[in-house]
Amino acid sequence: MNIYPFVIEILQFLVLLGAAPVFAGWVKMLKCWSQGRSSPGLFQPYRDIIKLFSKDLVLAENASWIFRFTPYLVFGATLLAGGIIPILSTDLPLAATADVIVLVALFAIARFFTALSGMDIGTAFGGMGSSREMTIASLAEPAMLMAIFTISLASKSTSLSQMVQVVYSGQSVLRPSIAFALLAFVLIVLAETGRIPVDNPATHLELTMIHEAMILEYSGRHLALIEWAGMMKLFLFIMFGIAAFFPWGIAAWGDLYAIPFAFLFMLLKLGIAGVSLVLIETGLAKMRLFRLTEFLGSAFLLATLGMLSYFILE
Amino acid sequence: MTIQFAAQIIGFLAALVLLTAFGMLVQRRMTGLIHLFTWQGLFLSISTAVVGFVAGQRHLYISSLLTLSLKVILLPYILHVLVRRLRIQREIETVVNVPLTMLIGVALVIFSYHLTAPVRELSTLVTRSVLAIALATVMIGLLMMITRRHAVTQIIGFLAMENGLFFAATSATYGMPLVVELGVALDILIAAFIFGIFFFHIHTTFDSLDVEQMAKLKEGD
Repeated sequence: MNIYPFVIEILQFLVLLGAAPVFAGWVKMLKCWSQGRSSPGLFQPYRDIIKLFSKDLVLAENASWIFRFTPYLVFGATLLAGGIIPILSTDLPLAATADVIVLVALFAIARFFTALSGMDIGTAFGGMGSSREMTIASLAEPAMLMAIFTISLASKSTSLSQMVQVVYSGQSVLRPSIAFALLAFVLIVLAETGRIPVDNPATHLELTMIHEAMILEYSGRHLALIEWAGMMKLFLFIMFGIAAFFPWGIAAWGDLYAIPFAFLFMLLKLGIAGVSLVLIETGLAKMRLFRLTEFLGSAFLLATLGMLSYFILE
Repeated sequence: MTIQFAAQIIGFLAALVLLTAFGMLVQRRMTGLIHLFTWQGLFLSISTAVVGFVAGQRHLYISSLLTLSLKVILLPYILHVLVRRLRIQREIETVVNVPLTMLIGVALVIFSYHLTAPVRELSTLVTRSVLAIALATVMIGLLMMITRRHAVTQIIGFLAMENGLFFAATSATYGMPLVVELGVALDILIAAFIFGIFFFHIHTTFDSLDVEQMAKLKEGD
Protein backbone atom coordinates (compact mmCIF):
# COMPACT_ATOMS: atom_id res chain seq x y z
CA MET A 1 0.00 0.00 0.00
CA ASN A 2 1.20 3.41 -0.91
CA ILE A 3 1.88 5.52 2.15
CA TYR A 4 2.66 8.86 0.47
CA PRO A 5 -0.91 10.15 0.19
CA PHE A 6 -1.39 9.70 3.93
CA VAL A 7 1.85 11.52 4.69
CA ILE A 8 0.65 14.36 2.48
CA GLU A 9 -2.76 14.37 4.13
CA ILE A 10 -1.19 14.66 7.61
CA LEU A 11 1.19 17.36 6.38
CA GLN A 12 -1.76 19.24 5.01
CA PHE A 13 -3.62 19.16 8.33
CA LEU A 14 -0.49 20.43 10.07
CA VAL A 15 -0.07 23.24 7.55
CA LEU A 16 -3.70 24.18 7.95
CA LEU A 17 -3.54 24.30 11.75
CA GLY A 18 -0.25 26.15 11.76
CA ALA A 19 -0.58 28.53 8.84
CA ALA A 20 -4.16 29.70 9.34
CA PRO A 21 -3.38 31.91 12.39
CA VAL A 22 -0.26 33.24 10.66
CA PHE A 23 -2.33 34.18 7.62
CA ALA A 24 -4.88 35.90 9.86
CA GLY A 25 -1.98 37.73 11.53
CA TRP A 26 -0.61 38.71 8.12
CA VAL A 27 -3.95 40.19 7.05
CA LYS A 28 -4.23 42.06 10.35
CA MET A 29 -0.67 43.32 10.00
CA LEU A 30 -1.26 44.64 6.48
CA LYS A 31 -4.45 46.27 7.63
CA CYS A 32 -2.67 48.02 10.48
CA TRP A 33 -0.02 49.29 8.09
CA SER A 34 -2.59 50.48 5.58
CA GLN A 35 -4.28 52.48 8.33
CA GLY A 36 -1.01 53.92 9.66
CA ARG A 37 -1.01 52.00 12.94
CA SER A 38 1.75 49.81 14.30
CA SER A 39 0.80 46.15 14.08
CA PRO A 40 0.71 43.56 16.87
CA GLY A 41 2.90 41.22 14.83
CA LEU A 42 2.50 38.17 12.66
CA PHE A 43 2.04 35.71 15.54
CA GLN A 44 -0.48 37.63 17.61
CA PRO A 45 -3.33 35.22 16.73
CA TYR A 46 -1.27 32.37 18.29
CA ARG A 47 -0.87 34.36 21.48
CA ASP A 48 -4.59 35.10 21.52
CA ILE A 49 -5.47 31.43 21.09
CA ILE A 50 -3.03 30.33 23.82
CA LYS A 51 -4.38 32.99 26.15
CA LEU A 52 -7.96 31.88 25.54
CA PHE A 53 -7.07 28.21 26.08
CA SER A 54 -5.57 28.98 29.48
CA LYS A 55 -8.59 30.95 30.64
CA ASP A 56 -11.53 29.59 32.60
CA LEU A 57 -14.76 28.68 30.91
CA VAL A 58 -17.83 30.72 31.78
CA LEU A 59 -21.06 29.01 30.82
CA ALA A 60 -24.51 30.52 31.04
CA GLU A 61 -26.86 28.72 33.43
CA ASN A 62 -29.35 27.78 30.76
CA ALA A 63 -26.79 26.64 28.17
CA SER A 64 -27.82 23.34 26.60
CA TRP A 65 -25.64 20.66 25.03
CA ILE A 66 -25.80 22.47 21.69
CA PHE A 67 -23.92 25.40 23.15
CA ARG A 68 -21.17 23.17 24.54
CA PHE A 69 -21.01 20.91 21.51
CA THR A 70 -20.86 23.62 18.82
CA PRO A 71 -17.21 24.76 19.19
CA TYR A 72 -15.95 21.20 18.74
CA LEU A 73 -18.24 20.58 15.82
CA VAL A 74 -17.27 23.83 14.08
CA PHE A 75 -13.60 23.10 14.60
CA GLY A 76 -13.96 19.50 13.43
CA ALA A 77 -15.97 20.37 10.32
CA THR A 78 -13.51 23.07 9.30
CA LEU A 79 -10.56 20.74 9.86
CA LEU A 80 -12.24 18.05 7.79
CA ALA A 81 -12.80 20.56 5.00
CA GLY A 82 -9.05 21.14 5.12
CA GLY A 83 -8.55 17.48 4.28
CA ILE A 84 -10.52 17.84 1.06
CA ILE A 85 -9.15 21.09 -0.36
CA PRO A 86 -5.81 20.60 -2.13
CA ILE A 87 -3.41 22.89 -0.29
CA LEU A 88 -0.07 21.25 -1.01
CA SER A 89 -0.87 18.38 -3.33
CA THR A 90 -3.77 17.04 -5.36
CA ASP A 91 -3.04 13.55 -4.12
CA LEU A 92 -5.42 13.38 -1.16
CA PRO A 93 -7.11 10.15 -0.03
CA LEU A 94 -9.89 12.12 1.66
CA ALA A 95 -10.65 14.00 -1.53
CA ALA A 96 -11.93 10.77 -3.07
CA THR A 97 -14.58 10.46 -0.37
CA ALA A 98 -15.99 13.95 -0.64
CA ASP A 99 -16.51 16.39 -3.49
CA VAL A 100 -17.13 20.14 -3.53
CA ILE A 101 -20.83 19.79 -2.72
CA VAL A 102 -19.89 18.00 0.49
CA LEU A 103 -17.40 20.77 1.14
CA VAL A 104 -20.13 23.41 0.93
CA ALA A 105 -22.31 21.24 3.18
CA LEU A 106 -19.51 20.95 5.76
CA PHE A 107 -19.30 24.72 6.04
CA ALA A 108 -23.10 24.83 6.14
CA ILE A 109 -23.23 22.42 9.09
CA ALA A 110 -20.71 24.53 10.99
CA ARG A 111 -22.73 27.64 10.28
CA PHE A 112 -26.03 26.00 11.20
CA PHE A 113 -24.75 24.96 14.62
CA THR A 114 -23.14 28.35 15.23
CA ALA A 115 -26.49 29.98 14.51
CA LEU A 116 -28.25 27.53 16.86
CA SER A 117 -25.77 28.20 19.63
CA GLY A 118 -26.24 31.92 19.11
CA MET A 119 -29.93 31.48 19.90
CA ASP A 120 -29.38 28.86 22.59
CA ILE A 121 -28.58 31.23 25.46
CA GLY A 122 -31.51 33.44 24.62
CA THR A 123 -29.79 36.81 24.55
CA ALA A 124 -31.01 39.40 22.09
CA PHE A 125 -27.66 39.79 20.34
CA GLY A 126 -27.22 36.08 19.72
CA GLY A 127 -30.60 35.79 18.03
CA MET A 128 -30.01 38.90 15.98
CA GLY A 129 -26.62 37.66 14.85
CA SER A 130 -28.02 34.24 13.95
CA SER A 131 -30.84 35.67 11.90
CA ARG A 132 -28.47 37.94 10.01
CA GLU A 133 -25.95 35.18 9.44
CA MET A 134 -28.62 32.87 8.03
CA THR A 135 -29.94 35.67 5.79
CA ILE A 136 -26.50 36.12 4.31
CA ALA A 137 -25.94 32.36 4.09
CA SER A 138 -29.18 31.78 2.20
CA LEU A 139 -27.98 34.24 -0.44
CA ALA A 140 -24.31 33.27 -0.48
CA GLU A 141 -24.73 29.52 -0.71
CA PRO A 142 -26.55 29.33 -4.06
CA ALA A 143 -23.99 31.71 -5.51
CA MET A 144 -21.18 29.59 -4.12
CA LEU A 145 -22.66 26.40 -5.58
CA MET A 146 -23.24 28.12 -8.93
CA ALA A 147 -19.61 29.27 -9.06
CA ILE A 148 -18.42 25.78 -8.17
CA PHE A 149 -20.66 24.16 -10.77
CA THR A 150 -19.21 26.47 -13.40
CA ILE A 151 -15.71 25.21 -12.65
CA SER A 152 -17.03 21.65 -12.46
CA LEU A 153 -18.56 22.04 -15.91
CA ALA A 154 -15.29 23.26 -17.32
CA SER A 155 -13.36 20.41 -15.73
CA LYS A 156 -16.16 17.81 -16.00
CA SER A 157 -15.85 16.66 -12.41
CA THR A 158 -17.03 17.69 -8.96
CA SER A 159 -14.03 16.20 -7.21
CA LEU A 160 -11.73 18.99 -6.14
CA SER A 161 -8.44 17.31 -6.90
CA GLN A 162 -9.76 16.34 -10.32
CA MET A 163 -10.82 19.95 -10.96
CA VAL A 164 -7.41 21.24 -9.93
CA GLN A 165 -5.70 18.71 -12.19
CA VAL A 166 -7.72 19.86 -15.19
CA VAL A 167 -7.18 23.57 -14.51
CA TYR A 168 -3.49 22.91 -13.89
CA SER A 169 -3.01 21.20 -17.22
CA GLY A 170 -5.32 23.84 -18.78
CA GLN A 171 -5.14 24.20 -22.53
CA SER A 172 -6.78 27.58 -22.78
CA VAL A 173 -6.13 30.51 -20.50
CA LEU A 174 -8.83 32.82 -21.81
CA ARG A 175 -11.95 31.09 -20.54
CA PRO A 176 -14.71 33.62 -19.83
CA SER A 177 -16.61 31.08 -17.70
CA ILE A 178 -13.65 30.67 -15.32
CA ALA A 179 -13.11 34.43 -15.16
CA PHE A 180 -16.76 35.00 -14.24
CA ALA A 181 -16.60 32.23 -11.66
CA LEU A 182 -13.50 33.85 -10.16
CA LEU A 183 -15.22 37.23 -9.85
CA ALA A 184 -18.24 35.59 -8.22
CA PHE A 185 -15.97 33.63 -5.92
CA VAL A 186 -14.20 36.76 -4.66
CA LEU A 187 -17.55 38.28 -3.69
CA ILE A 188 -18.59 35.04 -2.00
CA VAL A 189 -15.35 34.79 -0.02
CA LEU A 190 -15.93 38.30 1.32
CA ALA A 191 -19.44 37.33 2.39
CA GLU A 192 -18.71 33.85 3.74
CA THR A 193 -15.71 34.80 5.83
CA GLY A 194 -17.33 37.98 7.10
CA ARG A 195 -14.95 40.50 5.61
CA ILE A 196 -15.60 44.18 5.18
CA PRO A 197 -18.36 45.06 2.77
CA VAL A 198 -20.51 42.40 4.44
CA ASP A 199 -19.36 42.13 8.05
CA ASN A 200 -16.54 43.74 9.99
CA PRO A 201 -14.44 41.08 11.75
CA ALA A 202 -12.98 43.64 14.17
CA THR A 203 -16.19 45.24 15.38
CA HIS A 204 -18.15 44.64 18.54
CA LEU A 205 -20.60 47.43 17.88
CA GLU A 206 -24.09 46.19 18.69
CA LEU A 207 -25.87 47.24 15.54
CA THR A 208 -23.40 46.14 12.90
CA MET A 209 -21.83 42.89 14.06
CA ILE A 210 -23.01 39.65 12.52
CA HIS A 211 -20.62 36.79 13.22
CA GLU A 212 -19.35 38.32 16.46
CA ALA A 213 -22.90 38.71 17.75
CA MET A 214 -23.48 34.96 17.51
CA ILE A 215 -20.38 33.99 19.46
CA LEU A 216 -20.63 36.80 22.00
CA GLU A 217 -21.43 34.40 24.86
CA TYR A 218 -18.46 32.12 24.29
CA SER A 219 -15.37 32.24 26.48
CA GLY A 220 -12.25 30.27 27.31
CA ARG A 221 -11.36 27.24 25.21
CA HIS A 222 -14.71 27.32 23.41
CA LEU A 223 -13.97 30.79 22.09
CA ALA A 224 -10.42 29.74 21.24
CA LEU A 225 -11.73 26.84 19.12
CA ILE A 226 -14.27 29.03 17.35
CA GLU A 227 -11.74 31.79 16.65
CA TRP A 228 -9.24 29.23 15.37
CA ALA A 229 -11.91 27.66 13.18
CA GLY A 230 -12.74 31.13 11.85
CA MET A 231 -9.12 31.70 10.87
CA MET A 232 -8.99 28.25 9.27
CA LYS A 233 -12.15 29.04 7.35
CA LEU A 234 -10.63 32.20 5.89
CA PHE A 235 -7.46 30.30 5.07
CA LEU A 236 -9.41 27.46 3.46
CA PHE A 237 -11.55 29.75 1.33
CA ILE A 238 -8.46 31.54 0.08
CA MET A 239 -6.75 28.18 -0.55
CA PHE A 240 -9.82 26.90 -2.35
CA GLY A 241 -9.75 29.97 -4.60
CA ILE A 242 -6.06 29.50 -5.26
CA ALA A 243 -6.48 25.79 -5.96
CA ALA A 244 -9.43 26.27 -8.29
CA PHE A 245 -8.18 29.31 -10.23
CA PHE A 246 -4.40 29.58 -9.79
CA PRO A 247 -3.15 26.05 -9.03
CA TRP A 248 0.32 26.59 -10.54
CA GLY A 249 3.05 25.16 -8.33
CA ILE A 250 0.90 22.59 -6.53
CA ALA A 251 2.43 19.11 -6.25
CA ALA A 252 1.07 16.51 -8.64
CA TRP A 253 0.08 12.91 -7.89
CA GLY A 254 2.59 10.93 -5.82
CA ASP A 255 5.29 13.56 -6.16
CA LEU A 256 6.67 13.89 -2.63
CA TYR A 257 9.74 15.88 -3.63
CA ALA A 258 7.60 18.69 -5.05
CA ILE A 259 6.02 19.29 -1.63
CA PRO A 260 8.62 21.83 -0.36
CA PHE A 261 8.25 23.84 -3.56
CA ALA A 262 4.47 23.59 -3.30
CA PHE A 263 4.81 24.94 0.24
CA LEU A 264 6.90 27.89 -0.94
CA PHE A 265 4.46 28.62 -3.74
CA MET A 266 1.62 28.44 -1.23
CA LEU A 267 3.31 31.01 1.01
CA LEU A 268 3.91 33.32 -1.94
CA LYS A 269 0.34 33.04 -3.17
CA LEU A 270 -1.07 33.51 0.32
CA GLY A 271 1.01 36.66 0.71
CA ILE A 272 -0.42 38.06 -2.50
CA ALA A 273 -3.94 36.97 -1.56
CA GLY A 274 -3.57 38.75 1.79
CA VAL A 275 -2.50 41.96 0.08
CA SER A 276 -5.44 41.89 -2.32
CA LEU A 277 -7.86 41.08 0.49
CA VAL A 278 -6.64 44.09 2.47
CA LEU A 279 -6.79 46.28 -0.64
CA ILE A 280 -10.43 45.28 -1.14
CA GLU A 281 -11.21 45.83 2.52
CA THR A 282 -9.62 49.25 2.80
CA GLY A 283 -11.11 50.34 -0.50
CA LEU A 284 -14.69 49.58 0.46
CA ALA A 285 -16.98 50.75 3.20
CA LYS A 286 -19.22 48.39 5.10
CA MET A 287 -22.50 47.92 3.32
CA ARG A 288 -25.96 48.42 4.73
CA LEU A 289 -27.56 45.08 5.57
CA PHE A 290 -30.37 45.60 3.09
CA ARG A 291 -27.90 46.29 0.30
CA LEU A 292 -26.44 42.81 0.77
CA THR A 293 -29.12 41.23 -1.39
CA GLU A 294 -27.69 43.24 -4.28
CA PHE A 295 -24.11 42.37 -3.39
CA LEU A 296 -24.77 38.65 -3.19
CA GLY A 297 -27.25 38.89 -6.05
CA SER A 298 -24.43 40.13 -8.24
CA ALA A 299 -22.28 37.22 -7.05
CA PHE A 300 -25.06 34.86 -8.12
CA LEU A 301 -25.44 36.75 -11.39
CA LEU A 302 -21.73 36.51 -12.16
CA ALA A 303 -21.69 32.80 -11.39
CA THR A 304 -24.75 32.24 -13.60
CA LEU A 305 -23.20 34.28 -16.39
CA GLY A 306 -20.11 32.11 -16.06
CA MET A 307 -22.21 29.01 -16.49
CA LEU A 308 -24.11 30.48 -19.43
CA SER A 309 -20.96 31.65 -21.16
CA TYR A 310 -19.60 28.14 -20.82
CA PHE A 311 -22.53 26.91 -22.90
CA ILE A 312 -22.64 29.85 -25.28
CA LEU A 313 -18.99 30.61 -25.90
CA GLU A 314 -17.02 27.44 -25.23
CA MET B 1 -2.65 34.57 -34.43
CA THR B 2 -4.49 31.34 -35.11
CA ILE B 3 -8.22 31.17 -35.72
CA GLN B 4 -8.69 29.23 -32.47
CA PHE B 5 -6.92 31.86 -30.40
CA ALA B 6 -8.78 34.70 -32.12
CA ALA B 7 -12.07 32.96 -31.45
CA GLN B 8 -11.11 32.78 -27.78
CA ILE B 9 -10.28 36.48 -27.64
CA ILE B 10 -13.55 37.36 -29.36
CA GLY B 11 -15.44 35.11 -26.94
CA PHE B 12 -13.77 36.75 -23.97
CA LEU B 13 -14.54 40.24 -25.27
CA ALA B 14 -18.14 39.17 -25.87
CA ALA B 15 -18.32 38.03 -22.25
CA LEU B 16 -17.00 41.43 -21.17
CA VAL B 17 -19.60 43.21 -23.30
CA LEU B 18 -22.29 41.13 -21.63
CA LEU B 19 -20.81 41.90 -18.22
CA THR B 20 -20.88 45.64 -18.88
CA ALA B 21 -24.47 45.32 -20.12
CA PHE B 22 -25.43 43.72 -16.81
CA GLY B 23 -23.37 46.30 -14.97
CA MET B 24 -25.41 49.05 -16.60
CA LEU B 25 -28.58 47.23 -15.72
CA VAL B 26 -27.78 47.31 -12.00
CA GLN B 27 -25.74 50.52 -11.73
CA ARG B 28 -27.50 53.30 -9.81
CA ARG B 29 -25.09 56.18 -10.23
CA MET B 30 -25.25 58.21 -13.42
CA THR B 31 -21.48 58.66 -13.79
CA GLY B 32 -20.89 54.96 -13.18
CA LEU B 33 -23.44 54.21 -15.87
CA ILE B 34 -21.64 56.39 -18.40
CA HIS B 35 -18.28 54.82 -17.50
CA LEU B 36 -19.74 51.35 -18.08
CA PHE B 37 -21.13 52.49 -21.41
CA THR B 38 -17.65 53.74 -22.34
CA TRP B 39 -16.12 50.38 -21.43
CA GLN B 40 -18.72 48.55 -23.49
CA GLY B 41 -17.85 50.71 -26.48
CA LEU B 42 -14.17 49.98 -26.00
CA PHE B 43 -14.67 46.20 -25.84
CA LEU B 44 -16.91 46.42 -28.89
CA SER B 45 -14.30 48.37 -30.79
CA ILE B 46 -11.48 45.95 -29.94
CA SER B 47 -13.61 42.93 -30.81
CA THR B 48 -14.56 44.50 -34.16
CA ALA B 49 -10.89 45.06 -34.94
CA VAL B 50 -10.05 41.44 -34.02
CA VAL B 51 -12.90 40.13 -36.20
CA GLY B 52 -11.66 42.34 -39.02
CA PHE B 53 -8.15 40.94 -38.65
CA VAL B 54 -9.27 37.31 -38.60
CA ALA B 55 -11.73 37.64 -41.45
CA GLY B 56 -9.48 39.86 -43.52
CA GLN B 57 -12.21 42.46 -43.86
CA ARG B 58 -10.55 45.84 -44.11
CA HIS B 59 -13.71 47.90 -43.68
CA LEU B 60 -14.15 46.50 -40.17
CA TYR B 61 -11.06 48.46 -39.12
CA ILE B 62 -12.81 51.64 -40.15
CA SER B 63 -15.96 50.76 -38.26
CA SER B 64 -13.82 49.83 -35.26
CA LEU B 65 -12.21 53.28 -35.36
CA LEU B 66 -15.64 54.83 -35.83
CA THR B 67 -16.89 52.98 -32.73
CA LEU B 68 -13.84 54.09 -30.79
CA SER B 69 -14.18 57.75 -31.62
CA LEU B 70 -17.94 57.87 -31.33
CA LYS B 71 -18.89 55.53 -28.48
CA VAL B 72 -15.75 55.72 -26.38
CA ILE B 73 -14.86 59.39 -26.72
CA LEU B 74 -17.59 61.60 -28.12
CA LEU B 75 -20.87 60.20 -26.77
CA PRO B 76 -19.62 59.67 -23.20
CA TYR B 77 -18.25 63.23 -23.31
CA ILE B 78 -21.62 64.61 -24.39
CA LEU B 79 -23.38 62.55 -21.69
CA HIS B 80 -20.92 63.73 -19.02
CA VAL B 81 -21.52 67.35 -20.01
CA LEU B 82 -25.27 66.77 -19.91
CA VAL B 83 -25.10 65.18 -16.47
CA ARG B 84 -22.97 68.00 -15.13
CA ARG B 85 -25.10 70.76 -16.64
CA LEU B 86 -28.36 69.25 -15.44
CA ARG B 87 -26.89 68.22 -12.04
CA ILE B 88 -28.25 64.67 -12.05
CA GLN B 89 -25.37 62.66 -10.56
CA ARG B 90 -27.54 61.34 -7.74
CA GLU B 91 -28.94 57.83 -7.52
CA ILE B 92 -31.40 56.68 -10.12
CA GLU B 93 -34.78 55.31 -9.23
CA THR B 94 -35.76 52.01 -10.75
CA VAL B 95 -39.26 50.71 -11.40
CA VAL B 96 -38.44 47.08 -10.56
CA ASN B 97 -35.95 46.26 -7.77
CA VAL B 98 -32.41 45.45 -8.74
CA PRO B 99 -32.13 41.70 -7.90
CA LEU B 100 -35.31 40.99 -9.84
CA THR B 101 -33.99 42.97 -12.81
CA MET B 102 -30.84 40.82 -12.72
CA LEU B 103 -32.89 37.63 -12.78
CA ILE B 104 -34.92 38.91 -15.73
CA GLY B 105 -31.63 39.72 -17.44
CA VAL B 106 -30.36 36.17 -16.92
CA ALA B 107 -33.64 34.82 -18.32
CA LEU B 108 -33.16 37.05 -21.38
CA VAL B 109 -29.67 35.62 -21.93
CA ILE B 110 -31.03 32.08 -21.83
CA PHE B 111 -33.86 33.08 -24.18
CA SER B 112 -31.49 34.60 -26.73
CA TYR B 113 -29.24 31.55 -26.52
CA HIS B 114 -32.17 29.34 -27.47
CA LEU B 115 -33.29 31.76 -30.14
CA THR B 116 -29.93 31.83 -31.87
CA ALA B 117 -29.15 28.12 -31.48
CA PRO B 118 -30.33 27.25 -35.07
CA VAL B 119 -28.24 30.07 -36.56
CA ARG B 120 -25.25 28.83 -34.64
CA GLU B 121 -25.69 25.37 -36.14
CA LEU B 122 -25.82 26.70 -39.71
CA SER B 123 -23.19 29.40 -39.56
CA THR B 124 -19.55 28.77 -40.40
CA LEU B 125 -18.08 32.04 -39.16
CA VAL B 126 -15.57 32.31 -36.33
CA THR B 127 -17.96 34.57 -34.47
CA ARG B 128 -21.08 32.41 -34.63
CA SER B 129 -21.24 31.75 -30.88
CA VAL B 130 -21.13 35.46 -30.12
CA LEU B 131 -24.49 36.09 -31.77
CA ALA B 132 -26.40 34.95 -28.68
CA ILE B 133 -24.49 37.44 -26.55
CA ALA B 134 -25.16 40.23 -29.03
CA LEU B 135 -28.88 39.51 -29.01
CA ALA B 136 -28.83 39.37 -25.22
CA THR B 137 -27.13 42.78 -25.14
CA VAL B 138 -29.90 44.22 -27.31
CA MET B 139 -32.56 42.78 -25.02
CA ILE B 140 -30.83 43.96 -21.87
CA GLY B 141 -30.66 47.47 -23.33
CA LEU B 142 -34.38 47.25 -23.98
CA LEU B 143 -34.97 45.97 -20.44
CA MET B 144 -32.99 48.93 -19.13
CA MET B 145 -35.20 51.33 -21.06
CA ILE B 146 -38.26 49.68 -19.54
CA THR B 147 -37.10 49.47 -15.92
CA ARG B 148 -35.64 52.95 -15.55
CA ARG B 149 -37.62 56.12 -15.09
CA HIS B 150 -34.95 58.62 -15.83
CA ALA B 151 -34.78 60.03 -19.37
CA VAL B 152 -30.96 60.03 -19.55
CA THR B 153 -30.80 56.41 -18.35
CA GLN B 154 -33.30 55.43 -21.00
CA ILE B 155 -31.12 57.04 -23.63
CA ILE B 156 -28.09 55.13 -22.37
CA GLY B 157 -30.21 51.99 -22.60
CA PHE B 158 -31.01 52.90 -26.18
CA LEU B 159 -27.34 53.43 -26.99
CA ALA B 160 -26.49 50.09 -25.34
CA MET B 161 -29.13 48.49 -27.57
CA GLU B 162 -27.44 50.02 -30.59
CA ASN B 163 -24.14 48.60 -29.35
CA GLY B 164 -25.77 45.17 -29.23
CA LEU B 165 -27.11 45.54 -32.78
CA PHE B 166 -23.70 46.58 -34.05
CA PHE B 167 -22.17 43.60 -32.29
CA ALA B 168 -24.79 41.28 -33.80
CA ALA B 169 -24.05 42.62 -37.28
CA THR B 170 -20.32 42.07 -36.80
CA SER B 171 -20.73 38.58 -35.43
CA ALA B 172 -23.45 37.34 -37.80
CA THR B 173 -22.19 38.61 -41.15
CA TYR B 174 -18.80 40.23 -40.50
CA GLY B 175 -20.40 43.65 -40.35
CA MET B 176 -22.81 45.66 -42.45
CA PRO B 177 -21.62 47.47 -45.59
CA LEU B 178 -19.55 50.52 -44.72
CA VAL B 179 -22.11 52.95 -46.14
CA VAL B 180 -24.79 51.62 -43.80
CA GLU B 181 -22.46 51.78 -40.83
CA LEU B 182 -21.48 55.34 -41.59
CA GLY B 183 -25.15 56.23 -41.83
CA VAL B 184 -25.94 54.57 -38.51
CA ALA B 185 -22.99 56.32 -36.85
CA LEU B 186 -24.17 59.67 -38.13
CA ASP B 187 -27.70 58.90 -36.96
CA ILE B 188 -26.49 58.08 -33.47
CA LEU B 189 -24.46 61.26 -33.34
CA ILE B 190 -27.37 63.44 -34.47
CA ALA B 191 -29.70 61.58 -32.10
CA ALA B 192 -27.37 62.31 -29.20
CA PHE B 193 -27.44 66.04 -29.99
CA ILE B 194 -31.22 66.06 -30.34
CA PHE B 195 -31.58 64.12 -27.06
CA GLY B 196 -29.40 66.72 -25.40
CA ILE B 197 -31.56 69.57 -26.60
CA PHE B 198 -34.72 67.71 -25.58
CA PHE B 199 -33.34 67.03 -22.13
CA PHE B 200 -32.76 70.72 -21.59
CA HIS B 201 -36.32 71.48 -22.67
CA ILE B 202 -37.83 68.75 -20.50
CA HIS B 203 -35.71 69.91 -17.59
CA THR B 204 -36.81 73.53 -17.89
CA THR B 205 -40.47 72.57 -18.31
CA PHE B 206 -40.82 69.92 -15.58
CA ASP B 207 -37.81 70.68 -13.39
CA SER B 208 -37.00 66.95 -13.49
CA LEU B 209 -36.02 64.28 -15.97
CA ASP B 210 -38.29 61.63 -14.50
CA VAL B 211 -40.46 60.45 -17.36
CA GLU B 212 -43.32 59.72 -14.95
CA GLN B 213 -43.73 63.48 -14.76
CA MET B 214 -44.82 63.52 -18.37
CA ALA B 215 -48.11 61.93 -17.39
CA LYS B 216 -49.02 65.49 -16.46
CA LEU B 217 -49.15 66.28 -20.14
CA LYS B 218 -52.48 64.46 -20.35
CA GLU B 219 -55.55 66.62 -20.33
CA GLY B 220 -57.86 66.01 -17.41
CA ASP B 221 -61.11 64.22 -18.22
